[in-house]
Amino acid sequence: MQTILSSETGARSQNVLPEKRSITLTINGLVHKLELAPWTTLLDALREYLQLTGTKKGCDHGQCGACTVLVDGKRINSCLTLAVMKEGSEITTIEGLANENGLHPLQTAFIEHDAYQCGYCTPGQICSAIGMINEGHAKTLQDIRELMSGNICRCGAYSNIVDALQEVMKIDSNETV
Amino acid sequence: MTKYVGKPISRVDGVAKVTGKAKYAAEFKSPDLLYGWVISSDIAKGAITHIHTADALQVPGVVQVFTHENRPGLAWFDLSYKDQDAPPGSPFRPLHDAEVKYSGQPIALVVAETFELARYAASLIRVEYKVEEHATDLHANLSKARDPKLGVASLLKPPPPKPRGDFEKAFSEAPVQVSAKYVHSAEHHNPMEMFATTVVYEKKGKLTIYDKTQGAPNSQLYVSQVFGLPFKDVRVISSYVGGGFGSGLRPQYQLFLAVLAARQLKRSVRVSLTRQQMFTFGHRPATVQHISLGALNDGTLTAIRHDAIAETSQFEDYTEIVVNWSGMLYPAPNTKLSYKLVPLDVYTPLDMRAPGGVTGVPALECAIDELAHQAGIDPVELRLKNYTDRDMNSDLPYSSKELRECFRQGAERFGWSNRNPTPRSTRRGHTLIGWGMATGIWDATQGPARAEAVLTVNGKLRVSSATADIGTGTYTIMTQIAADTLGMPIEDVLFKLGDSDMPLAPIQGGSWTAATVGSAVKVACEDLGKKLFKMAQKMKNSPFANAKPDDIFFADAHIRLKNDPAIAVSLREIVGQNGGRAVSETSTSTPDFLEQRKYARSVHSAAFVEVEVDEDFGTVRVTRAVTAVAGGRILNPKTARSQILGGMVWGISKALEEESVLDHQFGRFMNHSLAEYHVPVNADIQDLDVIFVDESDTIVNPLGVKGLGEIGIIAMPAAIANAVFLATGKRVRELPITLDKLL
Repeated sequence: MQTILSSETGARSQNVLPEKRSITLTINGLVHKLELAPWTTLLDALREYLQLTGTKKGCDHGQCGACTVLVDGKRINSCLTLAVMKEGSEITTIEGLANENGLHPLQTAFIEHDAYQCGYCTPGQICSAIGMINEGHAKTLQDIRELMSGNICRCGAYSNIVDALQEVMKIDSNETV
Repeated sequence: MTKYVGKPISRVDGVAKVTGKAKYAAEFKSPDLLYGWVISSDIAKGAITHIHTADALQVPGVVQVFTHENRPGLAWFDLSYKDQDAPPGSPFRPLHDAEVKYSGQPIALVVAETFELARYAASLIRVEYKVEEHATDLHANLSKARDPKLGVASLLKPPPPKPRGDFEKAFSEAPVQVSAKYVHSAEHHNPMEMFATTVVYEKKGKLTIYDKTQGAPNSQLYVSQVFGLPFKDVRVISSYVGGGFGSGLRPQYQLFLAVLAARQLKRSVRVSLTRQQMFTFGHRPATVQHISLGALNDGTLTAIRHDAIAETSQFEDYTEIVVNWSGMLYPAPNTKLSYKLVPLDVYTPLDMRAPGGVTGVPALECAIDELAHQAGIDPVELRLKNYTDRDMNSDLPYSSKELRECFRQGAERFGWSNRNPTPRSTRRGHTLIGWGMATGIWDATQGPARAEAVLTVNGKLRVSSATADIGTGTYTIMTQIAADTLGMPIEDVLFKLGDSDMPLAPIQGGSWTAATVGSAVKVACEDLGKKLFKMAQKMKNSPFANAKPDDIFFADAHIRLKNDPAIAVSLREIVGQNGGRAVSETSTSTPDFLEQRKYARSVHSAAFVEVEVDEDFGTVRVTRAVTAVAGGRILNPKTARSQILGGMVWGISKALEEESVLDHQFGRFMNHSLAEYHVPVNADIQDLDVIFVDESDTIVNPLGVKGLGEIGIIAMPAAIANAVFLATGKRVRELPITLDKLL
């Protein structure tokens, strides 16, 4: 038997808390003014301070893709991004995809192809798919599989996700595996 | 009449899921919300001698740090801590005392005004321990294996049957023999949504709890008993669950901690676990199995022995049905099955998708493949030779079993007749190709459940039951059943679930929700129909005045006469007679135990798989797979197919990727992140195909459904391992089949 100390020490106990600061985020076309501590991730800013909970937290470490949002049209992991870093950017979340004309084609295709089960990775999958299409590199089904591999779906809806994307992207399925 | 049942209806909760409107447990806000951060133990066994919390408490915005030293008095007896899925033993109690029973045990909760502050303050906490020696290695402790304790749970998970015949004699005399050891490590469920609870502290201390659970009533029961609260003061809501796979069958510790903090602080509290902490509660237990098969030269099985030893915790005896399947699938006259446990310093294992089934059946199905190879018989042929329509364990006939048809249709779709049976003799470029197949079996069970059906004043049907939808499609199939039973257009039917205020349903697990809750929804709608018919008869100039219940039917939101469907009364008109009130009925569905006990009831499958193995790197890829399922009536081919596809992905994962690795020096799972705990990504999944063979069953339940949540995973691991053997000539009997085992 022995006594051990946990690896954390009290060295950081002099509480130097980061000051909150005013930041302005443009999300889904709306301008939000927030008082946020700089250590707040974009993901937590969305979920906890703006109640935009469509963006999901699946690992908080950039390993699962559930938190994928679009920043200036590019897909990023919002858990690996501090909110203060995105002032002046156009942020699009799952809540911003449908408009007065109805659902985004990818949203419709996900429903039609049953490209989800529990639905928790779905917003990230859809935002990631939009980002992938914007990148313009996916030409075949195998490209889609590779380029969508940053988004884990534990329910295992991958083949239906690929079917949904194939329909929207109008990719020929005669391509060999 | 089935206008909707049997049709590929898109999920009724689809729009909510693709627009981000579906709200999960950590997504409810309250103006007074506090955030909790859990501190996990660094050691696997010992005692906390001191927790230094002063630094954390000094941080402005930190409200409290809860530990075993300041937690309030709670229920005394083990019974109060038992949930619906508790195995025999003494359930773990968070913050109970200074004792540490496993690595990652929650030992403190930091509560602060923001999530960021709680997380930061937690880093200031120091813990001193008195460390004791721990044991976490199953393989080093096999000599400690003992029989599991029996308890209520043993009813659902019966121990192995008594031996049949004389295994030793039959095996020693068998001209074809196979004996092998099969191993897999622990696995963690890792649903995408991390466990979280939001407790909203209402007036007079009532609690509205948004919890990640596979059974809202189970969480309600737990909170009510542990904290000594009446049911009416504890409402648990779980409308959407971001995956479960069994992890939500028991209340997890964030529920306890969030309720404790909310009650002490009289404020709303949210506690979310981290991905690392998703490895600090139940898991699929590591298991070691030995299988011996004896057969005649023509492949007829004469002897089966299947022994399994699994881990459990030091405080509960978690059990699974691992070996019983061997006595069910094959009618060998001489069988000997055993199942034992080794208690270790880990958390109690927990049902994980096809618990026991995807442990025992793959081992058996690999051994059967070894036997087929040794006897020089095609694996499908060998299975057909040893086919049985009786479960030899219980000596009862199957209520239905279209497994033969699964073999036939699966083989045909896959092109099995072109199989090259010689190992390491098929190539595609620098990859080795192999084909393999295996059988799957799982229980088709039904439990009791309740449901309420309400016809609103504007003629809409509202049905509810406190079940869950963990992604399985419960919302959708229940809506279909309700719409068909009362002849309503589906857009006028709303099914709700996941609220402890709703009529009681059991936890969602074991593939029994479609059968259990589906039957309750059907009965509730039928009973509501009877009530509406009686009301219709009492209407002025009722066309049904002399009609009997058998003379009418429900269609297009009307009651109609069978012999003259033009004579009809609309349901809306009937409810209009109720003085401006809705008409409702709450009903209970109970299985027909007397009839069901005369039969063995199982769902079956056959999986056919092609793998490519890179000869230089040993990497394995499943290039295509076909699973044929005999699952009784298919309520919704679209969601049913997804269930099987998901199961197949889990099968690929189990065979090739998934493994929780313990560092026995620390008694801790090392790869506790989604970067290091490998599950399939999109690129790992190629061509998957699903077949549902026709199967009619009037015994299993009034709907004839068998449940599909587990069956998709069970046959896959063995089919893959067998395909890898054919590709490479190597038998890998330790899952997952990683490249190091093939080089």
